[in-house]
Amino acid sequence: MQRYLLKRFLFGVLTIFSTITIVFFVMRGLNPADPTAIMLPPDATPELQQQLKVKFGLDKSLFRQYGIFLKNAVNGDFGESFRYNEPALSLVTERIPATLQLTVTSLFCSVLIGMVVGIISAVKRDSFFDRFGRQLSLIGMAVPSFAIALFLILTFGVMWRIFPISGRGGVSHYILPVISMSLYGIASFIRLSRSSMIEVLKSEYIVMAHIKGVPNRWVILVHGLKNGCIPVITILGLVIPGLVMGSVVIETIFSWPGVGNLVMVSIFARDYPVVQVIVILISILIVLSNLLVDILYAYIDPRIRYQ
Amino acid sequence: MTESAAVAVDRIAHKPKNDRPRRRIPYAGLGFITVFFLIVVFGQWIAPYDYEYWDMENITQPPVWMTDGSWQHILGTDPLGRDVLSRIIHGARFSLAIALSCLIVYGTIGIILGLTSGFLGGTVDMVIMRICDLWMGLPPIITAILIVSVMGPSSKAIIIYIGISGWPGYTRIVRGECMSVAQNDFIRLARVAGCSNFRIIASHIFPNIVNTLTILVTMDIGGLIILTATLSFLGLGTQPPSPDWGLMMNEGRQYITYAWWLVVFPGVAILFAVLGFNLVGDWLRDILDPKQKLR
Repeated sequence: MQRYLLKRFLFGVLTIFSTITIVFFVMRGLNPADPTAIMLPPDATPELQQQLKVKFGLDKSLFRQYGIFLKNAVNGDFGESFRYNEPALSLVTERIPATLQLTVTSLFCSVLIGMVVGIISAVKRDSFFDRFGRQLSLIGMAVPSFAIALFLILTFGVMWRIFPISGRGGVSHYILPVISMSLYGIASFIRLSRSSMIEVLKSEYIVMAHIKGVPNRWVILVHGLKNGCIPVITILGLVIPGLVMGSVVIETIFSWPGVGNLVMVSIFARDYPVVQVIVILISILIVLSNLLVDILYAYIDPRIRYQ
Repeated sequence: MTESAAVAVDRIAHKPKNDRPRRRIPYAGLGFITVFFLIVVFGQWIAPYDYEYWDMENITQPPVWMTDGSWQHILGTDPLGRDVLSRIIHGARFSLAIALSCLIVYGTIGIILGLTSGFLGGTVDMVIMRICDLWMGLPPIITAILIVSVMGPSSKAIIIYIGISGWPGYTRIVRGECMSVAQNDFIRLARVAGCSNFRIIASHIFPNIVNTLTILVTMDIGGLIILTATLSFLGLGTQPPSPDWGLMMNEGRQYITYAWWLVVFPGVAILFAVLGFNLVGDWLRDILDPKQKLR
């Protein structure tokens, strides 16, 4: 178990390191645009440009720059934003809470609603509820989240004017973004938990529990749920990249002041240090969530521990 | 004996031979796909206008059933006077072309690496699988951000970044399939008969994984249409004036308060196209992969 976790951990560190390397060389090495040309007005003199290059260390060779970048990164210094003249890292970190509030609420909603509906569908298989839920989840998986967001804005924001459609504020600001972000998740969790629950309910230990006279509810909630959860947990690790994508889309549409919004603005403003920090943070997040899933997985399914 | 126990005993006693109900053919899904492909192939002749034609006399015209609508522009026009229906019809081809190009790029990489890895095994296999694991940590949105900030947004950029980030899934599945096929006797016989590695892979292993690939491809296209539309919507992909569905919704977004048709119709087009591919993909998986290995 410990060896397994240690191996996963070291691999995670390696992943983060290689992502940072790729990000650095793509952004600095392959980039045709000169960052100093973006920072300065078009009529700036070459001397001024040279000064700025020296200031940002851009006059050194690419590998020297990489060494300096790594050394600074370890100390938590990712350079300054070209646009705001603030440290890029703090610019990003102060936006993280807004993004987390949105993504965590959405993830919670999709897991909760998806699991509950999926389990009821599995238990009451082929009932009206099950058929209805299945059709709905098929449609939910076929509409991109930005389309859902726009439809919601159209109906609840423009036609009926019930909910606010941009910015961050009270509870009402959350409703539309959270719905549009979690709908795809709800649909996929319904499908997943339904099919895994059906598999589990067919197994012999469930039948055995029934024969022993264990109450039906107990069989489903205790024996069924624990084993039906395993695929759902695996998927949780895969959901994180989707949430990253979702937060970029949804924050852009609803002008939510989070990281996803910042990254889009920074890309189009060519604010590379900020983009760099965000990409690195996302990869750390993904590695951490995969690690967490591995631990949870080993905890729930003992077969993994002894491999 | 409680009621549930009775049911359980009954279930064991009368266990049906095949408890999987026969899969019904998804006529709706096949219908959507057929219409989609017809539009892709014949769109040029079906569409009433060119996608760049500006009808300056009828700008922001609502669809035909609304008070100001006319049969000239069935689904209305945008603020530049471009016909929404024509743009959606032309957009089908754009969406499919981009999705297929991505698929071809990463499918080819994934299949080649998967076959190599599964067939050769050993160190090669280990190295490829480790690279796969590393690559999985790099989701498409990150490569998208990186590539776009370097080369600027375009359809080419979309194909490049989805192409270079999508292959690990294919490699893993193809590798697994290849390993299980390689255990068969006919592979050993082929080797005894003096076939080269390349020939064994190309004419003995590859035909046996075509089923799997068919399922993978069908199930991927829907997701790819969504992904490319999302990226175009964000402005990271196809650029105006292309009639990409995601891009159309992005352009329509600013007029959402008075011109809902600019947003709703491209969205509905995406819904039906993706729904079609998802329904058919599920069906293909159920009939071609009865053991449900590809989940």
